[in-house]
Amino acid sequence: MIALAFWLFATLTVASAVMVISARNTVHSVLFLIFCFFNAAGLFVLLGAEFLAMILVVVYVGAVAVLFLFVVMMLDIDFTELRQGFLRYLPVGIVVGVVLCVEIVFVFKTWILNPDMATVAAAVTPPLDQISNTQALGSLIYTHYVYAFQASGLILLVAMIGAIMLTHRARVGVRKQTISTQVARKREDAVTVVKVPTGEGI
Amino acid sequence: MDALLREYLPILIFVGIAVGLSAIMVLASYVIARQNPDSEKLSPYECGFDPFENARGRFDVRYYLVAILFIIFDLEVAFLFPWAVTFGTLGLFGFWSMMVFLGVLTIGFIYEWKKGALEWE
Repeated sequence: MIALAFWLFATLTVASAVMVISARNTVHSVLFLIFCFFNAAGLFVLLGAEFLAMILVVVYVGAVAVLFLFVVMMLDIDFTELRQGFLRYLPVGIVVGVVLCVEIVFVFKTWILNPDMATVAAAVTPPLDQISNTQALGSLIYTHYVYAFQASGLILLVAMIGAIMLTHRARVGVRKQTISTQVARKREDAVTVVKVPTGEGI
Repeated sequence: MDALLREYLPILIFVGIAVGLSAIMVLASYVIARQNPDSEKLSPYECGFDPFENARGRFDVRYYLVAILFIIFDLEVAFLFPWAVTFGTLGLFGFWSMMVFLGVLTIGFIYEWKKGALEWE
């Protein structure tokens, strides 16, 4: 049953990932990306990483996919125009792809894993039937990995400020109600009594 | 491990039912209903007149700002869950570590409030 579920989720993950890059319509490829995230969450559940699975659904499906949809919709892509130069740029694309592949192969050939890694990884992971995944994470993140945790907070702050700096612009000519100015306004600022001499006007 | 996965079996069954039911609903309309399309039936419909513009219209960039601010606070809340679960055993250091994290993000929140990023007009 578990093996069946694994093969189901794994096949669907790979298939939808292929569809992400091969779908003609960008909106469809974002929808396939969401499907891919769901299946990856299923794989996480099979591994016993419940918390990561739920966070994957909440953060990636709920938020990142919405953001992708916004980007796709904001781009205003003309699909026929996008497809036109496909064959002309194919050689260049293949060259870039081959170069990237060679680089990745070089990186993996020189990759040296820490020999103690197996013991280090085994030491901090308590068995699943004793402590839940969320508890295991919680007992490590906030104390043992406190610097990484605070760094993630700072990264979120930088992302927030960066997003505001890039996309926020104050709109001119918008009339807003400022209640404090309304309340602070005095009778003397607004109304003046002018003594008008009889028969002359102002 | 097996006990954990057994708890998720109902969800798997529900997912299967949802997929099956939606497939049935889509396919049944092809099989049962009479298909007699013409150009008027298949054209985009907008209350009687032809659509004014393309449906792939561009959105205001302000939606993007709202979405990205939502993601940031979504992640902040995601960090709160394991903290709340292990709160009893974390001790004072874990408590203040989270308070510093929240404080940093509160600085960002005050910044965006003062900057007017939360106001629509």
